[in-house]
Amino acid sequence: MKAKIVVLGGGVGGTLAANTLVDRLGDAASVTVVDPTGMHAYQPGYLYVALGQANGRWLGRDERTLLHKRVDLVIETADRIDPVARTVRFASGGSIDYDYLVLATGSRTVPEQIPGFVGAGQEFYTLAGALRLREELRRFKGGRVLVGVTGIPYKCPPAPVEFVLMLEDQLRGRGLRSRSEVTLLSPLNRAFTVEAASKLVQPIFERRGIKLSTFFNVEAVDPAKGTVSSIEGEEAAYDLLVLVPPHRGQALIDASGLGDQGGWVPTDRNTLQHKTHDRIFVIGDATDLPISKSGSVAHFQAPIVASRIAALVKGQVPQQTYDGRVMCFLETGGRRATTLRFDYAHPPVPPRPAVLWHAAKWMFNRMYWHTVPQGRVP
Amino acid sequence: MTRVIDEIQQLDVKGLQCPMPIVKTAKAMRELASGDVLQVFATDPGSVKDFAAWAKATGNELLESNAIDGVFRFVLRKR
Repeated sequence: MKAKIVVLGGGVGGTLAANTLVDRLGDAASVTVVDPTGMHAYQPGYLYVALGQANGRWLGRDERTLLHKRVDLVIETADRIDPVARTVRFASGGSIDYDYLVLATGSRTVPEQIPGFVGAGQEFYTLAGALRLREELRRFKGGRVLVGVTGIPYKCPPAPVEFVLMLEDQLRGRGLRSRSEVTLLSPLNRAFTVEAASKLVQPIFERRGIKLSTFFNVEAVDPAKGTVSSIEGEEAAYDLLVLVPPHRGQALIDASGLGDQGGWVPTDRNTLQHKTHDRIFVIGDATDLPISKSGSVAHFQAPIVASRIAALVKGQVPQQTYDGRVMCFLETGGRRATTLRFDYAHPPVPPRPAVLWHAAKWMFNRMYWHTVPQGRVP
Repeated sequence: MTRVIDEIQQLDVKGLQCPMPIVKTAKAMRELASGDVLQVFATDPGSVKDFAAWAKATGNELLESNAIDGVFRFVLRKR
């Protein structure tokens, strides 16, 4: 009998896992991707949309075109997982059974958790938000810009630093820099949680007159006063406020009792198996692992999950494990970038920002649709 | 005015990653009165530097900072 493998989520992790499973198992399994929209979004592009450096059109593709023809795609919203009966229920009333389940459900943003944020603060974590911010920036004539983070974890840890550096660059180019003050609100005493990256970025901040407001953990926005307040009890005034919204796991995870308080799924750091249900594997943002929530993590985890499930289906002992590998680019403005590569055991040693890495990031952005979902980038 | 401290407040942030220990501590400190003492337990190695810097930046006093069996213990007095 064919093994039934169900993958929830058609993002980078789910798509790559499904395609790799079909490659490895052929006729020995049926592989189904369940996704609420059937559209695959390339989220790293939102940063460029917000800054007016890219339009939104190339950031979405029909998921069907990215999946191997032997992968079934079901466009449904899953609203309940029963890990004992091994079935996934759909909001529409249907359901699907599984032998192995892959949770690649990602994260969602919940700006409403920060009082005053919705309406007053801008964000670039959704396409709609990025487009709104682009319009705001077009109208911007100088003033106080505050950029900050409202909760941990959030997707793409370098994004707020990248945004600040690229925005400062843009304001310079538009002749608005002398009339503007650009400040990054940081939850710590440095620009970035990763110390090595902070050491590289902070001198650039100093050179370009970007302010760093340390130990400023955003708690609320007061749109009437035009201020943002921190847990530490401080206040800062803005003319333009750009915040990374708080993130949570999906409602499906909460409803199924499979996650922790934040909706993140307790996951073994090496096998990527659910900590209590061994037929459930977890990829990407959905996990509770203390590593970056980013496409690169999902990209590195998906083949490992596929290989482990394939081994189990064939009655073999799974061999591959995840070592915490992360790789990301960090734009530093002026068409330069650096990279952060690290794993559980090795902190990153970022190279000096160079045009090369900026070009590499752009190349990756452009090549994504033709390489990553198909497993062509190891 | 003096205030009698009948027990030291405890905060457990073991298992949380940077910067959550600081965020949780900042929230907990807000609930305390000036002079109150908070004892925090964390496992993130980065928290040793972070707590020292945080105390300095916020004016709260870091009375103790030590480690026992991989658990870091910080004792803070609210300013």
